[in-house]
Amino acid sequence: MADKTLDAKGLNCPLPILKTKKMLNDVPRGGTLEVLATDPGSVADMASFCRTTGNELIESTQEGGVFRFLIKHAG
Amino acid sequence: MTEGNGAANQKKMTIIVTKGTLDWAYPPFILASTAAAMGVDTTMFFTFYGLPLLLKKPELKISTLGNPAMKMPMMGMHMGMPNWLSVLPGVDSMASSMMKGMIKKKGVASIEELREMAVEADVKMIACQMTMDLFEYKLEDMIEGPVLGGAATWMENALKSDINLYI
Repeated sequence: MADKTLDAKGLNCPLPILKTKKMLNDVPRGGTLEVLATDPGSVADMASFCRTTGNELIESTQEGGVFRFLIKHAG
Repeated sequence: MTEGNGAANQKKMTIIVTKGTLDWAYPPFILASTAAAMGVDTTMFFTFYGLPLLLKKPELKISTLGNPAMKMPMMGMHMGMPNWLSVLPGVDSMASSMMKGMIKKKGVASIEELREMAVEADVKMIACQMTMDLFEYKLEDMIEGPVLGGAATWMENALKSDINLYI
């Protein structure tokens, strides 16, 4: 179970990333954030965002048109 | 001058913003807000037609003139906007409202929203002093945050940056 969940469904680039960054500030270091999105571009973007900022993308999955990302706040 | 808000090895980017139509306003604000979210120390320099993007209430419009690549999705097709159409009164306003409607429907952020997120993320904004004089704008008409500067101000930032874009 993630520490926090961000519902970014229906939002388009770059909002899922901007809101992820904002919410990560409220997640303690070492904690996890779950992000739900429908923007297919967010799959590549979330991976890039995590690689660049040093946060860990633990899971990136899709179910029924919803992308789910699990991010460990490390950056 | 402030020296950025992070470590000495923090990446830096500057963007020169020269255009102020609704469509051209997107790339600089998307890139600046995203860069800031990714830890990049970002500076935007607003000059010429880009300067009014700093107005408290920017009047954002698109023009159908000289833009053959603009194809609006309509009834399952893509319709081009011929140049002659834009001479008709109201056509640009209509195209602008159509675009704003699409933006809302597709979950795309508004320019005001992106701008607010950029300011929140400490993106530095420089308003070109010369353009302020030329087009008679006052800092009071602008949002909170921008500082005045000129070519040398941008140069100093650009020389220390990893990425410099002109949009």
